[in-house]
Amino acid sequence: MQQIRNFSIIAHIDHGKSTLADRLIQATIMVPERLRRDQMLDTMDLERERGITIKSNTITLPYVAADGQEYALNLIDTPGHVDFSYEVSRALASCEGVLLLVDASQGVEAQTLANLYLALEHDLAIIPVINKIDLPQADIPGTKEQIRRELGLDPESAVLCSAKEGIGITEVLEAIVRRIPPPRGSPEEPLRALIFDAQYDSFRGTVVSLRLFDGEVRPGDVIRLMSTRATYKVEEVGLFGLSRQPAARLRAGQVGYLIAGIKQVSDTRIGDTITLDARPAAAPLPGFKEVKPVVFASIYPVSNDDYPALADALEKYKLNDASLVYQKDSSAALGQGFRCGFLGLLHLEIVQERLAREFGQSLIMTVPGVRYEFTLTDGTTLAVDNPQHYPDPVKIKETREPYIRASIIIPERYVGAVMKLCLERRGVNPHFINPSPGRVELRYDLPLAEVIIDFYDKLKSVTQGYGSFDYELIGYRPSDLVKLDILLNGEKVDALSMIVHRERAREWAVRVCERLKEEIPRQQFKIAIQGAIGGKVIARETISAFRKDVTAKCYGGDVTRKRKLLERQKEGKKRLKMVGSVTIPQSAFVAVLKTKNE
Amino acid sequence: MSEGNTEKEKEGAQGPAPGLYVHVPFCRGKCPYCGFHSSTDLTLVPPWLAALEEEAGRYREAFPAFDTLYLGGGTPSLLSLGDLERLLAFVRRLFAFAPGSEITLEANPDDLTPDKLRGYRELGITRLSLGVQSLEDRELRFLGRRHTAAQAEWALNAALTAGFAAVAVDLIYGLPGQSLLTWESTLNRLLAYRPQHLSCYQLTAEAGTILMARLEQGEFALPGEEDGLAFFLFTSEFLGDQGYCHYEVSNFARGQENISRHNRKYWQHVPYLGLGPAAHSFAEGRRWWNQADLTAYLKALARGETPVAGREVLTPEQLRLEALLLGFRTRFGVEVGLLLAAPNGQENLARLRETGLVELSDGLAIPTREGLAVADRLPELFLE
Repeated sequence: MQQIRNFSIIAHIDHGKSTLADRLIQATIMVPERLRRDQMLDTMDLERERGITIKSNTITLPYVAADGQEYALNLIDTPGHVDFSYEVSRALASCEGVLLLVDASQGVEAQTLANLYLALEHDLAIIPVINKIDLPQADIPGTKEQIRRELGLDPESAVLCSAKEGIGITEVLEAIVRRIPPPRGSPEEPLRALIFDAQYDSFRGTVVSLRLFDGEVRPGDVIRLMSTRATYKVEEVGLFGLSRQPAARLRAGQVGYLIAGIKQVSDTRIGDTITLDARPAAAPLPGFKEVKPVVFASIYPVSNDDYPALADALEKYKLNDASLVYQKDSSAALGQGFRCGFLGLLHLEIVQERLAREFGQSLIMTVPGVRYEFTLTDGTTLAVDNPQHYPDPVKIKETREPYIRASIIIPERYVGAVMKLCLERRGVNPHFINPSPGRVELRYDLPLAEVIIDFYDKLKSVTQGYGSFDYELIGYRPSDLVKLDILLNGEKVDALSMIVHRERAREWAVRVCERLKEEIPRQQFKIAIQGAIGGKVIARETISAFRKDVTAKCYGGDVTRKRKLLERQKEGKKRLKMVGSVTIPQSAFVAVLKTKNE
Repeated sequence: MSEGNTEKEKEGAQGPAPGLYVHVPFCRGKCPYCGFHSSTDLTLVPPWLAALEEEAGRYREAFPAFDTLYLGGGTPSLLSLGDLERLLAFVRRLFAFAPGSEITLEANPDDLTPDKLRGYRELGITRLSLGVQSLEDRELRFLGRRHTAAQAEWALNAALTAGFAAVAVDLIYGLPGQSLLTWESTLNRLLAYRPQHLSCYQLTAEAGTILMARLEQGEFALPGEEDGLAFFLFTSEFLGDQGYCHYEVSNFARGQENISRHNRKYWQHVPYLGLGPAAHSFAEGRRWWNQADLTAYLKALARGETPVAGREVLTPEQLRLEALLLGFRTRFGVEVGLLLAAPNGQENLARLRETGLVELSDGLAIPTREGLAVADRLPELFLE
């Protein structure tokens, strides 16, 4: 156990975490040439496309240190984006130390600090690593000063490296061995292993990633999940190399995987403790931080027949991403679906894309919203994250909505455009910080609801791609809210209802009506599209009916072809949504979310 | 398996009498708007006739007496009187016809001569369908027709005085540059002859035609939806005022008795047998169709094989869908029961009535003029 080190790398986005991980792997493992590529730990296509790490991955690096001893360094990768702090927290609970990566050209950033606090919460050894020292604009003394002043760490303890150029990698490895303590715990004690991740493998069932704190586990053992008391026979245990490597056993201090024929995905709970059925531990390990979703949206299968498949996909997905919360939802327009809570916008997008890519689910997602708070006339408080549960307006005494503090870093020339955008989005309390000449950090307090739909796209567009955006939640503030309904031929489309600020209601109503007019194909009857608050119509569009649509000829040879066309329509109809007599294509639900190309 | 030659189909004969169609796949040249297969090689007429006789023999006694025979094409009037006589001889030998059967022949004005018209009468043709298309030379040239307006008028006059029970005239409207005024003038000149039947087709560019290629290259434009509707409604109203009932999207009859007895079978699921390349047949809820290509058709029969290229057995739901799509194209309408079988049937039918697209009469939902104009969109309101 003295030869084991469990560690993570934490960093602000773009500070070079994946590159450093790649270098550490290359320095310790002979990676066959054909497997060598960038971002070795990022196995999901989505991760490599976006250049970010979404899921935590784990790898064991064998390293012979300067002291001549061979060590097993377990690198537990963590995501860097603010949305994924739950994943970070789970990974950190399995470590004894972290590398805190700081970009020498950018210095300490918002996320560096947030991650540091997470590491401190878990009482981990912290090794500051200053990366990108090869860059001409690298400012090593300045970065060291920030580490001292803003992080409160000893700047002289920082390791200097350039992951890109391969400089300082040995120093990093030596620091891991010398400064991160070996795991504590005893192989003789009853087994206590923390589930910090799980994947679903269609051949093997659930593959659990775990960190053993006490005891040991071997194939053939009967394990027990402490929260559910369910028992399973272990089929295989092993370590993480570039792929899974089966082993005879896992012992206290080690990080590895376990396969135990756990078929029901919901039986595995991230944060649960595994023990042996024959010799159970007295108490489970301390649990994880609770997940707090901030963005909510409902998802529906495109075809109602696919509801069971979607339920199954979500269950499997949840195993792999514990931060997604969901419950059943239903809509008159869209049928059975789920109300989901996401950690943020990026998380929402990633869930949507992963459900599509990995589980083949085509989804309709409703307009994302936030969780609003209502104080009612009888004094009770109500949290509402689904417009369908909007309380009776006459009983509402006060409404509140969540605010964020946005941090937007941009070249100076875009300040005017970004301020205008923030004002349009009801931004208040602006602050200007000049972190370096030519660059400005703008801070605004913004309603979260105003940033969850196309704010980031707009920001990128007004800054020609130069804007970076980060945010933290700062709590609830009173706000004048209303429920906006969308009606087609007088019938409410519940899935398009939303809670909005009164001043923004008309703008939204007009926008949604316009988009629907573009997306809903003409039909046999005229279609009236209305946006309304209560009974009051505040926006309106009309789609005219077909006037002429008939082929000139239809004789013996034309009938089959025409019927087949109708049969295809019938098939397609399953994928269309009906509200009253109006057929709404899936694209209409997506279109209301999209920024219009201006 | 020989198509149609089963006991089952004999039973299918108990309803209205079936119709017989014979496809004549020859043309003098290809019209730019036409998407049908046709051959200009008239040396293939004798082998085609032989193949046709062979094919007809396969259906001998499979159908009860027909009460219509339709010689369509292609250009049936290209056939010599001798070839036509041979054709009719074996058809009459192999099949029974009810007394007073309607026997239609499609003809192009440029093929007609007084002798030919007399010959047709003598061979028992009762109905001549004349491909006039337009009475404007400019339009006829655009359509690639080989006759002039004067020739068409001569043919019309000759046909009407030759003693046929009915003369039907095909016209095309919605041509580039055509206005309601020029169309009205064509109709006026035509109506002076008082033909018994009119088919007025809106010009459509079909995939794979020369017309489509030229349209795509921007050589001309066809009327849009609103103009198309204006032509459609005008034609319907104008001909209505002149005593022609608009009984199908593109078909008008001078009185109910002049409705095409043969075409009506297609639209009402009455059995029909189609002979010749590309011909379709329908009986007892089954449909089958022949090789569209003349050479393939000839080869199959020469080898003693079936010329049938495809067949389908229609489920009750498929029959219902067809009844919808065919019925909404005609004033014969759709049985209301077939509409109410759909989930929103009642509600959608009510809305079609409110918006004046459909009217109810004797348990039938009948499309109005405006309803016929959107006939292709009506069935989808009644999908299961």
